[in-house]
Amino acid sequence: MYKIISKKLVVPKEFDVWVEAPRVARHVKPGQFVIIRTNPQGERVPLTVADYDREKGLIRMIFQTVGKTTAEFADMNVGDCLTDILGPLGTPSEIKNYGTVLMVGGGVGIAALFPIIRALKEAGNKVYTILGGRTKDLVIMKEECEKYSDELLITTDDGSAGKKGVVTDAMVELAERGVKIDQSWAIGPSIMMKFASLKAKELDIPMFVSLNPIMIDGTGMCGGCRVTIHDQIRFACVDGPEFDGWGVNWNEFMNRMRQYKDEEKMSLEKYKAEMGEE
Amino acid sequence: MALDIAPKRLPVPEQSAEERIKNFNDVVIGYSIEEAVAESARCLQCKNAPCIKGCPVSIDIPGFLKAIKEKDLEKSWDIISQYTNLPAVCGRVCPQEKQCEGVCTVGRIKGYEPVSIGKMERFIADWKAEHGSKVAPKVPEQTKGNVAVVGSGPSSLTVAGDLAKMGYKVTVYEALHAAGGVLMYGIPEFRLPKAIVRREIDNIKALGVKIETNVAVGRSVTIEELQSHFDAVYIATGAGTPHFMGVPGTSLNGVYSASEYLTRINLMHGYEFPKYDTPTKESEKVVVVGGGNVAMDAARSALRLGAKSVQVVYRRSLEELPARIEEYHHAVEEGVIFNWLTNPVEYVGSETGNIVGVKCIRMELGEPDASGRRRPQEIKGSEFTIEADTIIEAIGQGPNKVLLSAFQELKLNKKGYIDADPETGQADPEWVFAGGDIVTGAATVILAMGAGKKAAEAIDKYITEKKAAGK
Ligand SMILES: Cc1cc2nc3c(=O)[nH]c(=O)nc-3n(C[C@H](O)[C@H](O)[C@H](O)COP(=O)(O)OP(=O)(O)OC[C@H]3O[C@@H](n4cnc5c(N)ncnc54)[C@H](O)[C@@H]3O)c2cc1C
Ligand SMILES: Cc1cc2nc3c(=O)[nH]c(=O)nc-3n(C[C@H](O)[C@H](O)[C@H](O)COP(=O)(O)OP(=O)(O)OC[C@H]3O[C@@H](n4cnc5c(N)ncnc54)[C@H](O)[C@@H]3O)c2cc1C
Ligand code: SF4
Ligand code: SF4
Ligand code: FES
Ligand SMILES: [Mg+2]
Repeated sequence: MYKIISKKLVVPKEFDVWVEAPRVARHVKPGQFVIIRTNPQGERVPLTVADYDREKGLIRMIFQTVGKTTAEFADMNVGDCLTDILGPLGTPSEIKNYGTVLMVGGGVGIAALFPIIRALKEAGNKVYTILGGRTKDLVIMKEECEKYSDELLITTDDGSAGKKGVVTDAMVELAERGVKIDQSWAIGPSIMMKFASLKAKELDIPMFVSLNPIMIDGTGMCGGCRVTIHDQIRFACVDGPEFDGWGVNWNEFMNRMRQYKDEEKMSLEKYKAEMGEE
Repeated sequence: MALDIAPKRLPVPEQSAEERIKNFNDVVIGYSIEEAVAESARCLQCKNAPCIKGCPVSIDIPGFLKAIKEKDLEKSWDIISQYTNLPAVCGRVCPQEKQCEGVCTVGRIKGYEPVSIGKMERFIADWKAEHGSKVAPKVPEQTKGNVAVVGSGPSSLTVAGDLAKMGYKVTVYEALHAAGGVLMYGIPEFRLPKAIVRREIDNIKALGVKIETNVAVGRSVTIEELQSHFDAVYIATGAGTPHFMGVPGTSLNGVYSASEYLTRINLMHGYEFPKYDTPTKESEKVVVVGGGNVAMDAARSALRLGAKSVQVVYRRSLEELPARIEEYHHAVEEGVIFNWLTNPVEYVGSETGNIVGVKCIRMELGEPDASGRRRPQEIKGSEFTIEADTIIEAIGQGPNKVLLSAFQELKLNKKGYIDADPETGQADPEWVFAGGDIVTGAATVILAMGAGKKAAEAIDKYITEKKAAGK
């Protein structure tokens, strides 16, 4: 069960894997995620389902190694099995024909954005996509996103690909060109989603963001994933992960992401020592 | 009335308070055979046996006690296991003082304590596991029909075991990676060792029940799939969604629901971090809000994780405390401090967003409310602050929603729980049965099991009749 079928390094520290998970593959929709464990003493960590093959019973995940569990996942090989996969979880994205949509992605968040882009295109939308990254090599899934976008804009901090700048600059550029957006999504690092939401509000564009707070069960049972949206507590694993970007309490959200910094660091160091790495 | 029995029950050996707050091992050590035999002799073998009526699964209590007295422990086990699939669990966590022991004839005599029924039940279950004969149970042929059970808490395990014994093919679906429901993720190791839960679950599997973990019904499997593959479905998804008081500061770092705190510790073994990957925070000063079993478990877990002080804040008084009395006594012995008639009004944070204190207000009891308990009211101007680096809210839970939100046709009651017949568990649509906390709201293990027992019979009747009608 949950066997790794293929694995490749996309950019430094980001892996693209296909794993057997027939039940998830059969039912997953864009915007949903799974909870995995890499070993029987492992923690439960959420990863977005970036793609799926319903016939073969496979799901695709793209993840960045940031700590112990993702490092351990990265050390696993084709043929190895994950201990657990639960899903699909979360409320799917609201896919329909809005008219014109704007899709903003950054970092590994592009993996989560991709299935939504594809579904929105298939639903008949005109799709503008902005992908951003620090440098050229960090902008993943360009071709796949392009295939389902009417126009793809890229921004990099150092100008090595597309325009030099950040995703909000490209949002402004589209607005200045007079492109009228009916609905938008932003998925990426918290700080990117925060500024994209602020800009969207300024431009009067409704925007969904996909929040990735610390989760445990992923089924609404612990409240650890709570976020505040328009002054109300919501559980990201069941009420989200997508919420109205205009209403997110970003400071609180980002602060809660840091809760276990010290413990996470210790856990990663211990793992590396055990693996004989630096 | 002069009776030929000891007025007091035989005290059960326990770990000392100083010792046990340093470990997560079972607080109660349990009776030896000699002690159990002596205690069983206190049972009067009442003809009308009020204790049986006090037990939601109607265990033949005088029967199993008599067998202990006669030192026929194997027979005692056989009697108990006819009625319950989870004796080692119930013997440990049942609110016995309100159930079987609460109505025991001996306890009603002035100066006498009831027979120690729960501890004896636990004794037999533990004895059987360690010393009893290990004949695999006969697995009945699974020919009567197919039943799906959603969730794997005590209610589900009861329905599954009983239906398997009757000859049904039963598949249990559990969303988490481990079966057992609250027994696994909520009630701590020191009250209910997880090895014991696993052992009782293995006994149920040995009856032919199939348990599939990592399946969230409504997501991993749809309701339509269930309906087309099974003759009936039993839903016992529990009341696991934590409520928050909603006071300012609820999202500060260091504020937990008891569900999160306990899940990290129990299901995820956070107390063994970093051997296990899920972290818990070291705390110094912990405040727990609430007065039920969940609050006691959170408070006592915090002590075991090394907290220097643990205070419970409860808005009513000791008299209204809903926790099992044994848990309250254990908590006091272990050093938990209780602030009666007190309620939090605000969590105070530092500049870095961490909790540093809780502002509380004193309460007084006013007129009785709908539940018959006197309603607590704030005393104006009585605010004060308790320093804290961790707050754990244990103020109650609501229904688990994953299944409900995927099953719009299922009839719910006004409070959002499943509307099921209290006698049969049958819900609307008719092929659905339900029981446990998802019907009653957060209650007890034994009530959840009782509902499972009744439902197993009703499901048998429903499927048998349906098949006879050729449907
Ligand atoms: C709905 C959702 C979808 C996600 N999808 C993806 C994805 O497609 N690709 C991807 O690379 N990452 C994704 N993430 C983030 C991913 O879960 C974390 O990077 C991962 O848990 C880090 O684990 P670690 O042990 O390797 O790192 P750690 O060192 O333990 O943690 C690094 C940081 O990740 C966050 N984190 C830690 N534990 C958890 C947890 N249990 N749940 C959520 N966040 C946590 C914390 O902010 C922490 O500081 C998603 C998160 C959520 C909530
Ligand atoms: C900390 C704590 C301490 C307690 N202490 C005591 C005590 O001392 N004595 C006592 O009698 N009672 C106690 N209780 C209450 C008791 O545990 C519950 O009343 C009892 O467990 C309810 O059983 P249940 O079968 O209805 O559901 P639960 O035990 O709640 O199990 C429900 C299960 O269903 C699963 N589930 C939910 N949705 C889905 C889905 N869609 N698909 C698949 N699976 C799903 C959940 O993951 C869970 O495992 C305590 C409760 C808590 C939280
Ligand atoms: S199951 Fe509970 S109520 Fe029944 S005999 Fe055992 S302890 Fe008493
Ligand atoms: S009521 Fe008490 S004394 Fe009477 S049969 Fe039951 S356990 Fe024995
Ligand atoms: S992860 Fe536990 S409630 Fe969302
Ligand atoms: Mg981690």
